[in-house]
Amino acid sequence: MIAPSSLPRLIHQTTRRPLTLVEHEQAFSSSGEVVDALKELEASGLMGRGGAGFPTHRKVELLRSQRSRTKYVVVNAMEGEPASHKDRSLIAANPHLVLDGAEALAAMIGAKHIAVCVAREFSTTINHMERAIHERQRRSQRGPLIELHTPPGRYVAGEESALVHWLDDNQCLPQYRPNRPNVLRIGQGVVLLDNAETCANVGLIARYGAEWFRSLGTSLHPGSLLVSVTGAVSHPTVMEVAAGTPIRQILEAAQADRDPQALLLGGYSGEWISGRNIDLSFDNAALKTVNASVGAGIIFVLPKSGCGIGEIYNIVRWMANESARQCGPCAFGLPSMADDLGLLLAGSKEAGAALRRLNEQASQIDGRGACHHPDGVVRFVRSSLRVFEDDIRAHASGRPCAGARGPRFATVPRLERGDELVWE
Amino acid sequence: MGVKRRPSTFVLKVNPILCDGFGHCAELAPELVNVDEWGYPIIRQEPTKINNAGAYESAKYAVRGCPRQALQIEKITDAQP
Repeated sequence: MIAPSSLPRLIHQTTRRPLTLVEHEQAFSSSGEVVDALKELEASGLMGRGGAGFPTHRKVELLRSQRSRTKYVVVNAMEGEPASHKDRSLIAANPHLVLDGAEALAAMIGAKHIAVCVAREFSTTINHMERAIHERQRRSQRGPLIELHTPPGRYVAGEESALVHWLDDNQCLPQYRPNRPNVLRIGQGVVLLDNAETCANVGLIARYGAEWFRSLGTSLHPGSLLVSVTGAVSHPTVMEVAAGTPIRQILEAAQADRDPQALLLGGYSGEWISGRNIDLSFDNAALKTVNASVGAGIIFVLPKSGCGIGEIYNIVRWMANESARQCGPCAFGLPSMADDLGLLLAGSKEAGAALRRLNEQASQIDGRGACHHPDGVVRFVRSSLRVFEDDIRAHASGRPCAGARGPRFATVPRLERGDELVWE
Repeated sequence: MGVKRRPSTFVLKVNPILCDGFGHCAELAPELVNVDEWGYPIIRQEPTKINNAGAYESAKYAVRGCPRQALQIEKITDAQP
């Protein structure tokens, strides 16, 4: 058993390969105290780790109340966010913990099927998962049926309705859902979809209970978080920290730049915060004061030498390309915003007009897609305009900063065939 | 108890996946729909009174006139006072 307030919890690894089922059961031996896992889940206050931070027990309650005969648990390990590496690290350390959680969730709602989704580009992760599933099914044929699915790894393919659409109909396109929260369906069956890290936490709560879980983190944001730190770091790392750890401490542990220009939190649809706010603690309640959130647990570090506008342009260009091109405001609006950012970056004559248009379009596009992809980009651009206000004014008046021609720090996957979309 | 309340307001909703920006809705219900620079509808978000007969009629025209059948009227019943 793992001591209550010790770290790491999830990535609890002694070898360089994933834990086998036997090793896993030794490391995470049950305390035998938990009677009602659902009650413990509610008391734990676990919030989804996929980015939105929705309370997990409310999702479970919604699915429990469904009368449908067929129920599915879907584990989302798609990780389409280029700055995130946590789900892959988690599965590389201990796939059985994720499967434990999925089985606990299946028992809570009465599901007989579990679908684990890993993007087909991540072949190592697929191997680890396949092996873990095989180990379980070899030991026992009882319990829910676990299947591995490998959808194509586009950014929006990990959006929950797109993922369910893939499982239902082999199309990873988001669906129109006017009345949220609604229940997603595969055929006639209803679906409970959770992020891989959320599942791993459920696995721990079902073993050790809520009190154990809450011994780390803050009262409003309990538990531990997997944080991917990228950008100006010596090595991009995934770390497990208690929620509420000061950002400065995380950066020190990751050997990152401790005097950054700005930090991007939550991923490429997240929010920038200024480097001055480095002493804030990393949990949703504290970050709300600067209009940011933990999101999927991502910290991207932009050093003083970097050019914010250049990073923003790269990211928005890539996000525009990742649009599924289903809804007009997203398909036309995002490339147009990327073009305007390009004009700003170059500090051309039209830069002032581009800045005005950017503000206009941000409010025009907001909330008009079927999924939240355009909203994420709008949120990202708005926070950029706030945090890099001075830089943007300099760029708009035709005086690009020194870093504008320098290297870029945010990695975006190369766009296939130049700028053109390749969608399967 | 057992009193059925009538919906008092409505909003026009578009399914953005179906919508291809024909722009018929903006012609048929100009008081509710504007178009953006690419021709896609920007619909009034605030609920409109159903007894505003002109607006309600034109919303119904817009729903019927949409070539992609992407529009629908959502009626809202006020919560019990």
